[in-house]
Amino acid sequence: MKTINVYGSGCRNCTVTAERLTQEASARNLDVQVEKVTDLEAIMQAGVVSTPAVGMDGQLVHSGSVPTDEQVKQILDNV
Amino acid sequence: MLSLFTDLADWITYSLLGLEPTSRLASGLHFFIEDTTKILALLVVLIYVIALMRASLNPERVRAFLQGKGRHSGYVMGAIFGSVTPFCSCSSIPLFMGFVSARIPLGVTMAFLLTSPMINEVAIVLLGSLLGWKFTLIYVAVGLTLGIIGGWLIDTLKAERWLVPFLARQYENPEPAAALEYQVQQLSLRQRHQFARNEMQEILQRIWKWVLIGVGLGAFIHGFIPEQWFQQHLGDGQWWSVPAATLLAIPMYVNATSMVPIMESLLLKSVPLGTTLAFCMSAVAVSLPEFMMLKQVMQARLLGMIAAYLLIAFCLVGWLFNAISIL
Repeated sequence: MKTINVYGSGCRNCTVTAERLTQEASARNLDVQVEKVTDLEAIMQAGVVSTPAVGMDGQLVHSGSVPTDEQVKQILDNV
Repeated sequence: MLSLFTDLADWITYSLLGLEPTSRLASGLHFFIEDTTKILALLVVLIYVIALMRASLNPERVRAFLQGKGRHSGYVMGAIFGSVTPFCSCSSIPLFMGFVSARIPLGVTMAFLLTSPMINEVAIVLLGSLLGWKFTLIYVAVGLTLGIIGGWLIDTLKAERWLVPFLARQYENPEPAAALEYQVQQLSLRQRHQFARNEMQEILQRIWKWVLIGVGLGAFIHGFIPEQWFQQHLGDGQWWSVPAATLLAIPMYVNATSMVPIMESLLLKSVPLGTTLAFCMSAVAVSLPEFMMLKQVMQARLLGMIAAYLLIAFCLVGWLFNAISIL
């Protein structure tokens, strides 16, 4: 079971990002949990400068936009 | 080239709808058609072209760049970056925290944040094409100056004391912040095109209704509010018209792009330049939703000081430009 964090203050773009990841992950039958991180201190400590950002294994893998389908696939390829 | 849009508005208003050119309705409608078509067409082209050019400029890169700068050049660079990197207000909080955690001086960060809503490249081009380069230059210079002075004041007051505790702590750490490195990504033309296309769609989706509202208000002012009304209420010679305009603009929540047609209509009605500037900058920079958001990272005291600084600064700008009347 792997956790993917979606960092953002809860605006629409962040929700869409989390949805895209969840959808693709369940389409692939991956054992991942997508979690939305909205706590400001946690967002800062993850090193996020622009949201929505996606983090996995303590590393940021995407930031600054809703990831495109292609980018979502890339992120999940590394699970 | 831009007269195309005037011709289009002429044709729809006078030929297609057969309205009398002197009527109020015709004058308002003409303004509305000309400005919406012109602004939307300009936006599509401009956002795309500009995004193509600045595809590789992102907040991470700006942060790494600003971290190494001294305070004084930092204020100037912060304000300039604030005017060329657009971001929606929902991203200002992570950006703010990101700057603080890199221990970029708070004043430099504030210079960035203050300038950002007032100036962006889209607004600059719209201002240039609707109101001429002279006005645009004044607008940009005022915006940058206010950002730079604001940043300097923040550091002079050691305002980092008044951040929320977890951010204030960042500045108390005696060890220097870890130096940031930023690997510039080489983007292919295709990636740039993709970025620019997304950017265009996203920005247009977000602001098209604000453009309509802005132009709608502008058209209403243009068609239905007689010039005498403005001269009586906002004309020259009344010192209080500038602060009144500044305060009146606070509840208006518009972005710089949709403010342009409103400025255009006010200037066409001979509202003095200074009053127009004060009104428009206040509408763009001082907005309640934005301040509610900043409340997450600053104490009310600091927010109050920033609001007061902006309101006072806008009044001074207004009075100054009314007094020297250069347009």
